[in-house]
Amino acid sequence: MESIKDKVAIVGMGCTRFGERWDMGVEDLLVEAAYEAFQDAGIEPKDIQAAWLGTVFSGISAMTLAPLGLQYIPITRVENMCATGSEALRGAAYAVAAGVCDIALAIGVEKLKDSGQTGVKGPAIVGDNPDGSSAIGSGYSAPASFAYLGTRYFSHYNIDRDEGKRMLAEIAVKNHHNGSLNPKAHFHNTLTVEQVVKAPIVAWPLGLFDCCGVSDGAAAAIVVRADMAKNFRSDPIYIKGMAISAGARQGSMRQDYDYVHIDENVRASQQVYAQAGVKNPRKEISCAEVHDCFTAHELIVYEDLGFSRRGGAREDIFGGTFTLKGELPINTDGGLKCFGHPLGASGLRMMYEMYLQLQGKAGPRQVKNPRLAMTHNLGGNAGAGIGCCVIVGNEK
Amino acid sequence: MVGITSIGAYIPRYRLSLEEIGKMWQTRGGPGEKAVAGYDEDAITMAVAASLDCMKRAGNQADVLYLASTTAPYKEKQCAALVASAIDLSKTTHTADFTNTLRAGTAAMKAAIDAVKGGSAENALVVASDCRMGAPKGRFEQLLGDGAAAVMIGEKEPVAIIEGAHSIFSDFTDLWRTEKDKFIQSGEGRFIEEAGYMPTMTEAVTELMAKYSFTPKDFAKAVFYAADNRNHSGLVKALGFDKNQVQDSLFWKIGNTGTAAAMIMLVAALEEASPGDRILFAGYGDGVDVFIFRVTENISRIKGTPLMKDRLAGTVSIDYGKYLLWRDLIPVEASSLPERAEPSLATRWRERKTVRALYGAKCRKCGTPQIHPIGQRARVCVVCQAKDDFDDYKFSDKTGKLFTYAIDQLQPTKNPPGLNGVIDFDGGGRLICELTDYDLASVATGMAVEMTFRKLSQGKGIVNYFWKAKPI
Repeated sequence: MESIKDKVAIVGMGCTRFGERWDMGVEDLLVEAAYEAFQDAGIEPKDIQAAWLGTVFSGISAMTLAPLGLQYIPITRVENMCATGSEALRGAAYAVAAGVCDIALAIGVEKLKDSGQTGVKGPAIVGDNPDGSSAIGSGYSAPASFAYLGTRYFSHYNIDRDEGKRMLAEIAVKNHHNGSLNPKAHFHNTLTVEQVVKAPIVAWPLGLFDCCGVSDGAAAAIVVRADMAKNFRSDPIYIKGMAISAGARQGSMRQDYDYVHIDENVRASQQVYAQAGVKNPRKEISCAEVHDCFTAHELIVYEDLGFSRRGGAREDIFGGTFTLKGELPINTDGGLKCFGHPLGASGLRMMYEMYLQLQGKAGPRQVKNPRLAMTHNLGGNAGAGIGCCVIVGNEK
Repeated sequence: MVGITSIGAYIPRYRLSLEEIGKMWQTRGGPGEKAVAGYDEDAITMAVAASLDCMKRAGNQADVLYLASTTAPYKEKQCAALVASAIDLSKTTHTADFTNTLRAGTAAMKAAIDAVKGGSAENALVVASDCRMGAPKGRFEQLLGDGAAAVMIGEKEPVAIIEGAHSIFSDFTDLWRTEKDKFIQSGEGRFIEEAGYMPTMTEAVTELMAKYSFTPKDFAKAVFYAADNRNHSGLVKALGFDKNQVQDSLFWKIGNTGTAAAMIMLVAALEEASPGDRILFAGYGDGVDVFIFRVTENISRIKGTPLMKDRLAGTVSIDYGKYLLWRDLIPVEASSLPERAEPSLATRWRERKTVRALYGAKCRKCGTPQIHPIGQRARVCVVCQAKDDFDDYKFSDKTGKLFTYAIDQLQPTKNPPGLNGVIDFDGGGRLICELTDYDLASVATGMAVEMTFRKLSQGKGIVNYFWKAKPI
């Protein structure tokens, strides 16, 4: 089995401003993200040979991409819950690596705010059947499914409620600080630990500011054969590894699952490290975008991805390890928490930031001399997830 | 000898005090309180709880289930079958609903006794359950409470044998509800007492005593249905019973629980009875069913199990606003959260063993009990990947521990905040589910829970029942 390492490069990316985009429909978001990517890569829409479109709720089939007016090329709609954007990139990259096309578009979009509802519907993970029907009609909110991690982490490591809340709050404070430096982020406000801790509870132990934004947005990438990359730009980004690990609800059904880690995250990261040849992620990864849909998840992701030792996330959080100025900056663009979370776009939005970082174009958020950058998504939740990791680098 | 072989009851934990009702309507509330079914309870769920209580003590399965209620949720569709499937009776169980009258409970008991005597049944479970509503501000609002009771009728080691029975019917219009009525309608108070309850009950009880040559002195306890305490004490006096002979109506504590009222009193009387005690038991409603029971040595079996006083302990007072909300008596703003999926009748039918009695599967190869969080049946073992090699495994009767939880403000519950948790069953298996009847202050990881059959917060057209965990 061959690794995808250094077979595919990203030569152009685009990302809309995320937020409550009352002014934009799915078509506007798609066009804005795609054309920014086309322009960035210096290509025309007609140069695209195949496209992968990721969306969870905002479309169906290839027809969702019709607003781009691509002319009779193969288009595949993909969906893998919150890992959907990364899944679109994976499809495009694999096709290029397979040699069946040379220039492919990966694009993800989500238009959540036209529903008139607050929050995100969660079929197939919280009590519904994949077809949207329900045998039981039981269920729980997305925040609740991640609150389980917080509750158990506090209990497992004997962390008292106040300290636990402050630990989570530090994550939100960090991500909002980073997002405040980013004009495309959904939110631009900074937060204090005090504000986060005192915010109304959504699903204990998660308060309002422990939860990410429900946003509209789109992001896109142009992927090409690595050996062609320099024809497009001098600073392409190379894919070093891509991995998805889909659970089979083991954690939801087996008592040996501890709710202080997520196997799907761990396995995806182990695969991607093996592909990229990363032995010590804390030292070798320059910066990462991880799936901070809820602060309690970012907490355990530090450990799942090997950035912190097991049980060591607390000291790293309070030690500032993952801040912009820290040893391993995480969610430099604000993360899902502050940049926003249009489900199908998020994986590509993460890649957009890592692309900018590796090119040295992240402005006030720029980390020093990055070499390898990583994105991480979790579709689903603790106990029933789809972990996804991608590593990219600026050297071949 | 045919008799009662087991008893059970269920009283919801919530109480609405008459003082609280009085405060709402600026009237004299008086002392006492009424039991109020939780927002996720109804006549069916309480019947399931009382039936399980009864069967646990009986130690055997019923082959007949009669459900008595005037407030079963379906006008068409048998509710006894629903209860029977939730308590996991075999499919050859004969099920029937007894309804439309407060005498439905004793009518069902009479039918059960006859079925056992006639040899068509060995163990006939009779469960009465009611959640009747009086209109806000009215007398019945103060009077009516919610609860359920169950008795098993059989021949094997009865705790009380039946010595006699007598029935009369009376086409008397005292209380009624038509198709359109949400609340009890009633004739004028003194009329229904003086022309209905008092003479009819007196007549039936007097005839019974004459038929079997008993006098009030021959009874250790008299258990009478009555609309309220005034009727209750009035009847006792009219029949010549001593106050000490009469079973407490519990009206001050739980209210008048309708078809369940007399049976709840009977359960309480039996729990305190001694071998040899003779008990007079009368249910009223469009006539009277009256029975004589004689307590046997087997009553010792009941001792040491939870008694009525235990069931009445640990109550939680609610305010009037919550009562209005729980009983759908007030329109409230619709949630802006996305709606949950509509239950699919086909899916529910396919997964009926899970939906009703909370069956999962136990892998024959690795022995792991497992239940799917969205009710899908086991095909491939979640631990060892063995295919289609399972035995059915029931989770509804297993206790468990709360492994982790979320106090969920987004849960569509009428008793917010909702509590969701990961339940690790003793003996294996894990389920993520809602919790109910919890005290938030004492919720913690490791908390012991049991399963309870409840209405879920949603469901269109049909009433959507499933199991929740509740602290033990």
